[in-house]
Amino acid sequence: MRETLIVQEVRKAIGKKEIIKGLSFTLKEGEVFGFLGPNGAGKTTTIRMLVGLIKPTSGCITICGFDLQRQFSEAIRHIGCIVENPELYPYLSGWENLEHFARMVPNISKERIQEVVELVGLQNRIHDRVRTYSLGMRQRLGIAQALLGKPKVLILDEPTNGLDPVGIREMREFIRFLAEKEGLSVLVSSHLLSEIQLMCDRVAIMAKGQIIRIDTVDNLLKEQARTAWKVEPLEKAKSLLEKETTILAERDGMLITYYEAKKLAEWNDMLVREGIRVSEIHPKLPTLEDLFIELTGGETID
Amino acid sequence: MTNLVYNEMLKVVRKKRLLIVASIIAVLVALFTYAQFRHVQDVQKRLGTSDWRTQLQQQIIDTQNRLNSSGLAEEWRKFLQIRLQQQQYYLDHDINPSAPGAPTFMRMFVENSIELFLPLMIMVVVADLVSSEASGGTIKLLLTRPVKRWKVLLSKYIAMLLSVSFIVLLLALLSYLISGAVFGYGGWNLPLLTGFTINGEELNTTNVHLIAQWKYLLVELSLAWFVSVVVGTLTFMLSVLMRSTAAVMGVMLAALISGAILSSMVSSWQSAKYLFMVNLSLTDYISGTAPPITGMTLGFSMSVLAVWGLVALFVSFIVFTKRDVY
Repeated sequence: MRETLIVQEVRKAIGKKEIIKGLSFTLKEGEVFGFLGPNGAGKTTTIRMLVGLIKPTSGCITICGFDLQRQFSEAIRHIGCIVENPELYPYLSGWENLEHFARMVPNISKERIQEVVELVGLQNRIHDRVRTYSLGMRQRLGIAQALLGKPKVLILDEPTNGLDPVGIREMREFIRFLAEKEGLSVLVSSHLLSEIQLMCDRVAIMAKGQIIRIDTVDNLLKEQARTAWKVEPLEKAKSLLEKETTILAERDGMLITYYEAKKLAEWNDMLVREGIRVSEIHPKLPTLEDLFIELTGGETID
Repeated sequence: MTNLVYNEMLKVVRKKRLLIVASIIAVLVALFTYAQFRHVQDVQKRLGTSDWRTQLQQQIIDTQNRLNSSGLAEEWRKFLQIRLQQQQYYLDHDINPSAPGAPTFMRMFVENSIELFLPLMIMVVVADLVSSEASGGTIKLLLTRPVKRWKVLLSKYIAMLLSVSFIVLLLALLSYLISGAVFGYGGWNLPLLTGFTINGEELNTTNVHLIAQWKYLLVELSLAWFVSVVVGTLTFMLSVLMRSTAAVMGVMLAALISGAILSSMVSSWQSAKYLFMVNLSLTDYISGTAPPITGMTLGFSMSVLAVWGLVALFVSFIVFTKRDVY
């Protein structure tokens, strides 16, 4: 797969304080890449650097082979983005907003505008003033303007922010559609772990201006899988299991340990022999939340 | 570039700022027209008769008598001769000097609005040109297009120039059309005195001569346009520097009003003449009013304004192209 966005050792310092401490990652064609981190981790700053709003102190950003610093126009042409909220001109209609941005990119036809309007499903309200739009509609119009120039890379900062559950699901499906069917690379940032888990192929976990880990969502979840035990009496079982493995948590009368497929039967056998009633053993995938807390050493998400 | 300027003009027009400015000007012009109308009536009542021709004839005879008397300084004699020409013109062309037509009203309106009113109107339109993009967040969309930043700003600056020119034109047109309904639309060829120079404390009338009112107006309107462009550029810079339109307006308002106050009281503070706001009354040099500080001339004031404008333009472009957008 082709790489559409390459970020190498990007740093940003404000005064003496370094807020982004050397980020490197790449985006491939047709994948959804998640950017996960608590507020203040540097997600938005990073995204602003990717779209040329903030100049990195050092490092290199390459978009479809063009250097963002030296060939700004050529590089930015391949990017569509929404940074934070989809802010458009409230006193213009949706259509006029799109025309406005189309005039800033060479060769965008009326047909193309119509095409993106239909893609995001705004046909019915497109000639109304943006002032009268709901947040969900603004979000869609924001995506329409991002797609206008047929970008290779789509960057969405918190795309589900403020949407209702139906809107969130639609957005998720739409993002998957763009990546799978249209072959776009989509970079999505979020502090909502469930979001990233559901729509991303790969994820970068960010905290305090650094990427702690980049991996596929599947891998991350697999290696950190758990086992939940429903046992009685709890205390005795706990002390017995503790000799074999680590008890990670005790929740709703269940004990949580690491998932080790080969040892499960052995442990079960041991518990039963000691006269403990085992009524339930099931493997459990951790949420990214658990993972995040583990990786960052207990730093909270919000 | 045409597309970008079109975009900016679209936004200016759709924000309805120009409409607001047009209505303010219309209302004020109507107000002043009425005030002027009352003034004319008053003068006519005081003079006893509405027969201003006798009055003018008397004045002409007076002037002629003074010209005939001996021991008159050469310079003064010349000035009186010009006055005589002017009065004779009024009489010949059947123009009542105290009840002038629309072009005269327009000239007076331009002269009186150049220092404060016109700059205020310019400010209303220009103040949010850049700052509204920053406070509304649309700047992020604007700067992530395949267009270099200086081009984005240049398109905004051109839109500013167009709006400013439009406002000056609007001021001229509205004052002509509205006042003409009361005073009549004639008077373009009225001869006016100009060419005054000020030497120290004295008014030098050596170069005084008559020019037709339409030429006079043309000069004054160009000066008003020049002042407007400079004020527009300064407001534009503030708009780049600040996110809040209210703050831009506040600073500009303070500067303009302080200028109006300073002009009337700083004659002893010499270096105040380098402030842009005491140099706005360019039309005073044409009509022969003494400048607020001795030694100021039309050329000097225009240079001061030009320097302020150029510096503001330079700062705007440097800051806008280099700045990190958060």
